[in-house]
Amino acid sequence: MSVLKVPTMAEMMAQGETPDILFWVGCSGSFDDRAKKITKAVVKILNKCDVKFAVLGTEESCTGDPAKRAGNEFTFQMQAMMNIQVLDGYEVKKIVTACPHCFNTLKNEYPELGGNYEVIHHTQLIQGLINDGKLSIEGGGTYKGKKITFHDPCYLGRANDVYEAPRALIEKLDAELIEMKRCKTNGLCCGAGGAQMFKEAEKGNKEINVERTEDALETSAEIIATGCPFCNTMMTDGVKNFNKENEIQVLDVAELIANAADL
Amino acid sequence: MLAIIVFAVLTIVGFGFFGWNISKVRSNILLGKEVKRNDQKGERWRIMTLVALGQKKMFARPIPALLHLCLYAAFVITQIELIEIIADGLTGNHRMFHDALGGFYTFMVSFIEILSVLAFVATVFFLSRRNLLKLPRLNMKELAGWPKQDANLILIAEIILICFIFMMNGADEVLYSQGKSHLAGEGSLGFSISSLIGPAIFGSVSEHGLHLIERMGWWGHIAMVFGFLNYLPYSKHFHIVLAFPNTWYSNLEKKGKFNNMESVTAEVKLMMDPNADPYAAAPADAAPQRFGAKDVTDLTWKNLLDAYTCTECGRCTSSCPANQTGKLLSPRKIMMDTRDRLVEVGEGIRKNGKDFNDGKSLIGDYISEEEIWACTSCNACVQECPVNIDPLSIIVDLRRYLVMEESKMPSELTGMLTNIENNGAPWQFSPADRLNWKDEA
Repeated sequence: MSVLKVPTMAEMMAQGETPDILFWVGCSGSFDDRAKKITKAVVKILNKCDVKFAVLGTEESCTGDPAKRAGNEFTFQMQAMMNIQVLDGYEVKKIVTACPHCFNTLKNEYPELGGNYEVIHHTQLIQGLINDGKLSIEGGGTYKGKKITFHDPCYLGRANDVYEAPRALIEKLDAELIEMKRCKTNGLCCGAGGAQMFKEAEKGNKEINVERTEDALETSAEIIATGCPFCNTMMTDGVKNFNKENEIQVLDVAELIANAADL
Repeated sequence: MLAIIVFAVLTIVGFGFFGWNISKVRSNILLGKEVKRNDQKGERWRIMTLVALGQKKMFARPIPALLHLCLYAAFVITQIELIEIIADGLTGNHRMFHDALGGFYTFMVSFIEILSVLAFVATVFFLSRRNLLKLPRLNMKELAGWPKQDANLILIAEIILICFIFMMNGADEVLYSQGKSHLAGEGSLGFSISSLIGPAIFGSVSEHGLHLIERMGWWGHIAMVFGFLNYLPYSKHFHIVLAFPNTWYSNLEKKGKFNNMESVTAEVKLMMDPNADPYAAAPADAAPQRFGAKDVTDLTWKNLLDAYTCTECGRCTSSCPANQTGKLLSPRKIMMDTRDRLVEVGEGIRKNGKDFNDGKSLIGDYISEEEIWACTSCNACVQECPVNIDPLSIIVDLRRYLVMEESKMPSELTGMLTNIENNGAPWQFSPADRLNWKDEA
């Protein structure tokens, strides 16, 4: 495995350089073992395409999304304002992130607090790289002909109307994209949003991720693709619930692309 | 002459009482907090035209959408006939527009009759779906009692209204064919449906009987219309009016964007400003502001308009992941509770003045904490609503109250918030380890 090149903003600045884009890794992408693999897949793609990027590293802090969804506007705004100070200090203009929750918060909720950036989701960035000819997946690679279903993250889909970029990437794999009965605007939540990731669900007769995994299993896909580290966790747990982890994989779109491009 | 006076009184009372109720509803809605929703007027008109007039979002479920469209079209087009009824009623004429409009009149009434038949079919379908097929979303526990009665009452009223139209037109058709209608002339009125069913049903009725049936249909129709009009402000059926303003005032931002609390921004800025004087006195007129919503008056007027607009169709609830997995949360119930509480608070304020306090509140007495903590903020309910109601923003404001005013939340969330405040991440990891992934195999 080649060594990942992950410059930080501080290092770049010390060298008098300005990156074209900031990669906002997010808390999941930084600390969660499963999500770290997604982070690395994104970095591999960025490295492969020679994208001049940087991360904030230890200067990054939670966007405040779970605090805001949980109803604590104070904690949210404290986080937001501290992050905005850091981002503006580095004169960041453009941000890419692999977490739809960070994406939504940075894009929609920071402007009113003075943080104005162009924010894109990693699937949109990768789509651009492929369209510009900077990244190619010869003949679809590893996933040619495989059945893949895509689970829409709520904060990417309904919340921000991004439905096509992740699907366009799956198409590039020469894979067979099978939609679940509930998809796009009708997509069912994985159960993690709105700060649910951090608490037990209320009393009910089923877990939401199990309900959603049933949708995915119905498609008889071999791979459940997601674009969100939380969804990834929930769907992975859902698949385990049915003891299907040997038959069906849960992968981020970035991982699919990185694997297919032999990165 | 007596008929004209009775009619005029009925008309004045009908519209007057409706106007009085509308002003009550309006003052209730204005108990909500300010929110700016009058920018981008072009876009607002576009959304209203597509969503309310064009019923675009209904067509996510094509069969009920089509049937609903029949009812809606019949309702709208019948208003043209209503203008004639009012004109006739106030002048003592009979079918005033008949001669003036000529062939177009026949076409128009024929069109209304065809739509009325379709509306009849739709109504029967809707009634059986509710009461015989027991469609789950129309038979949930929050509909028990009055909401279910309300729904059935409206559908039955619609059937009766359609019957009155055909009594009126059918009897008049037979009278006209005998040259005995109050409309001069003889032959067939040529209306699409009544020219067929009129003679078949009323063919053997005496002239006197026919006039009686025709008048019963006519008076019944107008009485039903005024009754219906005045029933609306008390009913879920109010959506036929409020769908229009409610969609016009839609949220035009991305659904993922939760509103910014400016009161909090001011305090956070003060905390982060090294030059701020923490002991500076607050302006004398600054009333302590409640964070989030405890009761309906803490919500925005748009939330309250949403509540009045809700027709309890339950698309939100049937798409809610929490509800589907057996949790207590039902977005429809959030809207119904908000409306019920608003009516109660509005009445209380009218009777007891502005400082009315019955010791009750929306959260606690109407909506439980368990309900609002079950929400994943996935926006499915917002997406589904055919009239752009936003239950999520109410849920969020109730959470804000619980968390920021009462410090009440599931214990894991307390931990999560502490982690964010201390380590800049919702989990207990050191911020110094944030980039460790780079060097891990």
